[in-house]
Amino acid sequence: MSDPLVAAKLIPALLIVVPILAATLPLALGLRWERVGWYVTAIALAVEAALAGLLAYAIYGQGRRVVHVLGGKQFGRKDVMINGTPTEDFIVGIELVGDALSGLVVLVVAGVALAVLAYMRRAGPRGNAFYSGYLLLTGGLMGVAVTGDMFNLFVFLEITGLATYALVAADRSTDAAIAALKYLVIGTAGASMYLVGVGYLFVRTGTLNMVDLSRSLAGDPSWIDGALYADPLVAAAFGFVAAGLLTKAAIFPLHTWQPDAYAEAPDSVTVYISALVSTVAAYAFGRVALFVFTPDFFAANPALINGVLALAGASVVAGSALAATQRRIKRMFAYSSVAQFGLVVIAFAVAVHPASGDGAVRFGIYGAVFHLVAHAVIKGGLFATAGAIAAGDGSRRLSSYAGLARRRPFLSGAIAVLGLAIVGVPPTAGFVGKWYIAVAAVESGLWPVVGVVFASTVLTLLYVARILEKVYFDHRPDAVPDHGDASGEPTAGDATGGAVAADGGAPATRRVSLGMAAFVATAVVIAAVLGFGGAEIASALDPVVDAVQESAPAIEGVKTDAIWEVANNE
Amino acid sequence: MIDPLPLQVGIELLTHRYAYLLFALLLAIGLYIIIASSNLVKMIIGLNLFQTAIFLFFISTAYVTGGATPVIPKEAKAYDPFVSPLPQVIVLTAIVVGIALTAVALALIVRIYSAYGTLEEDTIREVRADE
Repeated sequence: MSDPLVAAKLIPALLIVVPILAATLPLALGLRWERVGWYVTAIALAVEAALAGLLAYAIYGQGRRVVHVLGGKQFGRKDVMINGTPTEDFIVGIELVGDALSGLVVLVVAGVALAVLAYMRRAGPRGNAFYSGYLLLTGGLMGVAVTGDMFNLFVFLEITGLATYALVAADRSTDAAIAALKYLVIGTAGASMYLVGVGYLFVRTGTLNMVDLSRSLAGDPSWIDGALYADPLVAAAFGFVAAGLLTKAAIFPLHTWQPDAYAEAPDSVTVYISALVSTVAAYAFGRVALFVFTPDFFAANPALINGVLALAGASVVAGSALAATQRRIKRMFAYSSVAQFGLVVIAFAVAVHPASGDGAVRFGIYGAVFHLVAHAVIKGGLFATAGAIAAGDGSRRLSSYAGLARRRPFLSGAIAVLGLAIVGVPPTAGFVGKWYIAVAAVESGLWPVVGVVFASTVLTLLYVARILEKVYFDHRPDAVPDHGDASGEPTAGDATGGAVAADGGAPATRRVSLGMAAFVATAVVIAAVLGFGGAEIASALDPVVDAVQESAPAIEGVKTDAIWEVANNE
Repeated sequence: MIDPLPLQVGIELLTHRYAYLLFALLLAIGLYIIIASSNLVKMIIGLNLFQTAIFLFFISTAYVTGGATPVIPKEAKAYDPFVSPLPQVIVLTAIVVGIALTAVALALIVRIYSAYGTLEEDTIREVRADE
């Protein structure tokens, strides 16, 4: 056992266990030491990042598929006879899977969690309970990323949701509480829809494991009579599952919780949830569509995937249009996310669309995953910049951004670079993702989709240009920093004035800290440089593409995998 | 003259599968309360009803006619039919999740109530618009 990565099969479990167990520590140690929360969180997340790095090395460096079966081999895959029927390697327990798709998401979650922690050192909110919630959220996100079980996915979605609702309301403002409650009601209804879909799948196939589900739907096992793709119950299951996950990913018209939650949450919480929460929901949708239902299902039910495409397309158009009409910066970026996740879902949908050939499938997957990662970096960076500007001189509205380039040249530059990245100007990260998505749409020959993808660039420019025009070309003399107090707000009389006053109530004590500046700078650099790594990230995703094109989620690969052997022989 | 086949299906549905009908009914009622109720607490009650409907669905799929409790003694030689334990475990987990959600929701409502002194969504919206 000279291989240091023999223990790699433990990593997927540790990724979830470490933050969730550590979440108890800020509260417990807080009884004895008052300001212990940040340090505990920092240590836990550093461990988490190291684990994520190891997992990524096992997946991408050594080409493994790291599988952990909760409960050990007793609950693992077996081929035994029960009442004269072979079980054909169906699993009893819950699988945690690190593969080429989940590895990237794990890396992004671990990296952003650590970076946002540096950002919130000064930006707040503080308090040991807050850090507990933060760790719980990280654990939930990791769980969504690595789980290979449909019901387990529901549980982690709800852990993520619960922690998010609490964090959105963490700064004790009433507006944030109302936004969090709205998020809670819509998010829970969405997750429940997902659970109904899982129930339908379970009733039809008798399994909850993603690999086994796709095998059952294909009609592989001897006790299922032919493929189940045409079964109305399975089609209904997809409808419910998709409705639930698209609600969590904030796709139009299920996005209504999202702008309020993003706008009213404390700045550092907005950075975190905008970068990750909807991202893992969109990832979960992609995983379910690619590996549970598989392209064969959509070939039998083209109307379903066309429906998803229509919603995602509407999301791109409506999200961008709504973003362009906003006056508050955070709401504008929030609506922008609705549009960007529309693009990601379009890419996933094109990858499983019956009209797509091999090339469209390949570029659809590249585009979806790359844009998911790029959006996490860019949008996290944009919200972080907006938060830093608000902390610096209290500007939270587009109108008070006038002449910002003179007052805050560094942060203005960050807004400019990140804004152009979200538009998709080469060579930024946003360009590569959109390029892949556009190529996939063209290759699939779905011309309305092509139109939406190209229009999205212009539509994004619509609101980014509004910001840049204010920041760089508006030099009105009355454009003074308003220091966050209500009298400086030109439209403080509207419903949102309370939150602005609450957030910027003590401008003198809140400065742009080193952590905030470092976070913004890192996001800018990654957004600008990630585009050059497009080919590397794409080639890292090739196992995913191969698995989808063979329409077999590598069950043979699981059995021959070295780590799998270790799991069996212990 | 009524076509006998749909009638038969309908009777079968009512006599043997009434749990599924109840599931659909509760789901719809819960969703309606969430959408239509302007009282925040009632909205949470609707959410609970919505989730309870799903619990009912899972539990009713686990049922086997004449099935025993899925606790199997070690010395048993042959198994009698027993109800499926997996959906029951799922529902247990989902109930825990549901309770946690209700707790968070009620905590948020307490904060909203202490700020506005009302649970009516419409009133809160008016107050917010006036501010």
